[in-house]
Amino acid sequence: MDRYLLIVSTVCFLVAIAHTILEMRGGIFRPMQFNFFAVGLGFIFQTAFLSIRGHELGRCPITNLFEVIVFVAWSIALFYMVVGPAYRLSLMGAFTAPLVVLLQLFALLAPIDKPHRGRLPANSWLEFHASISLIAYGAFALACIAGVMYLVQERQLKTHQLHSIFYHLPPLTDLFAAITRLLWWGFALYTLGLISGFFVGEPLPWIQIMCAIGVWFLYGLILQGRYLHWFAPKRVAALCIIGFSVALTLLWGITFTAQTHTP
Amino acid sequence: MNLFCVGLSHRNADVEAREYFAGHVESDRALRNCGCNEALVLSTCNRVEVYAAAENLVPTQQIARCLARADTIEVDGHLEAFYRYEAGDCVRNLFRVASGLDSMVVGETEILGQTKKAYEAARMAGAAGRHLHRLFQRAFRVAKQVRTHTEITRGAVSVGSVAVDLAQKIFGDLGNCKVLVLGAGETSERTVRALVSRGVADLRVSNRSPERAQAVALAVNGRAVGFEQWLQQCGEIDILITSTSSDVPLVSQEKLAPMLRERIDRPLFIIDIAVPRDVAPDVNALDGVYLYDIDSLQSIAEQSLATRREQIAVAEEIISQHVAEFDQMIAQGLNRAENTPEDPPMGENSLRTSEL
Repeated sequence: MDRYLLIVSTVCFLVAIAHTILEMRGGIFRPMQFNFFAVGLGFIFQTAFLSIRGHELGRCPITNLFEVIVFVAWSIALFYMVVGPAYRLSLMGAFTAPLVVLLQLFALLAPIDKPHRGRLPANSWLEFHASISLIAYGAFALACIAGVMYLVQERQLKTHQLHSIFYHLPPLTDLFAAITRLLWWGFALYTLGLISGFFVGEPLPWIQIMCAIGVWFLYGLILQGRYLHWFAPKRVAALCIIGFSVALTLLWGITFTAQTHTP
Repeated sequence: MNLFCVGLSHRNADVEAREYFAGHVESDRALRNCGCNEALVLSTCNRVEVYAAAENLVPTQQIARCLARADTIEVDGHLEAFYRYEAGDCVRNLFRVASGLDSMVVGETEILGQTKKAYEAARMAGAAGRHLHRLFQRAFRVAKQVRTHTEITRGAVSVGSVAVDLAQKIFGDLGNCKVLVLGAGETSERTVRALVSRGVADLRVSNRSPERAQAVALAVNGRAVGFEQWLQQCGEIDILITSTSSDVPLVSQEKLAPMLRERIDRPLFIIDIAVPRDVAPDVNALDGVYLYDIDSLQSIAEQSLATRREQIAVAEEIISQHVAEFDQMIAQGLNRAENTPEDPPMGENSLRTSEL
């Protein structure tokens, strides 16, 4: 039953994508309000899914790869809902929806929703550690999306080829400010998640610890490079995309090893 | 009651003719005296049009006479330049005009403000009654819909405004931007003025002739900078406008790259208006540098104009729907209708009040 909620949520995000494509083909690109509502509706269904799953499990619903991916997709939508209007980046919805759809379609289609035998013992530190780290992934995902938007806008300005979308994308400096803030949010939350991992009270596989520290170092390096002027904004934007791709791959590794180590 | 429009515009009348018939303070009264129950004069630099509602036919010649700024003007000699639209065609003409479709620069939005002003003036004078009120309120709605549902107003269509648009797409708020004008030509001065109108406050002018630099700096409320210092300034500024008469490029990758090292996270927008160019094209390859020469600015302006023209068909469709609806409203008896909340609040000097 809860999977239907996720399907409806995916449809909402798909509608946002279809709307954007139709508008772009018509030469009129005004996805602001519509996309915000479509993504908002998708977010409500995601929340309903996670809530039902959480009640069934009696804990935060991040017990297998399927739930972890949905939780990441939910954090991305959450950050979009918070960040989009605040930084006047409503257009982000046009870029956020495809990423969320990709994640949710993969979660729905791949045979990864393996239920645990019996009820998992509750460990509030472990749940806090995992959920806060995944919310940080939401911020990293949004930074990645803002990075894509930056590169699209930058490319058009460099080549002098201005398409319809150019007039609706935010200014370069605003995008870069949003990237920086999202990186800071993600880094702070991830650090919190990492620290809370030491209070879990049970030994974690070393590969998980290495992966988590690796992601932390990667984003630390991007932020350091940004402030020490090692990287130009264009490089920072590109690194946000690379960073998130790496983090997502490592997340799969972490979740996979966690599943194999869970009784 | 018949709605009609008589006028002349940039399409069929030269500026002299438009000046002759630009209307005057007594035009409203004259139009009412010659048989118009309601009349409104829309007079801009590109057109002079009278929108009126009358029980009987009011000849074009008589309308032209009401608009003539002097009795000595030979009206008959200019009659050919006048056009006349009745009923649905009059409605369509106003909707097109208010939406900027009939403007010299397609999609410009100033005309809507001018139309609103003209209507407001006529309403206050009591010259615009129920018919013109409904017609103009609908026209404002149509113009708004055309603006939001098409891309008719998208992009800038002059070199100066393209430069300003691009600057805003790079920096967002221009209030904190520092601008250096290298060489002080007329186009660069116009571009600077456009930037100032969008909030730029820190302006520096550098020229081979310090006197000329001083004069331009004074004119744009900026400060003059010695010509030998322009390269150092590149480390601080956000926008560089060049228009010198140098035969060889002044700005090259080799000169600029060291200046940019310390400002890696701040973009530099270069507007090169000079011919021959002041900035070597390979400067655009530097990280964070966005170089636009006169051709690229012109090409963007033309591209915007082409997009606007493409959108005319979509706009015409919207207008046709509204014209059909408005025609239907007239056919259903706008004449017989009682006063409705849509009727205009009359001005103090209104005809209706004075008749009572």
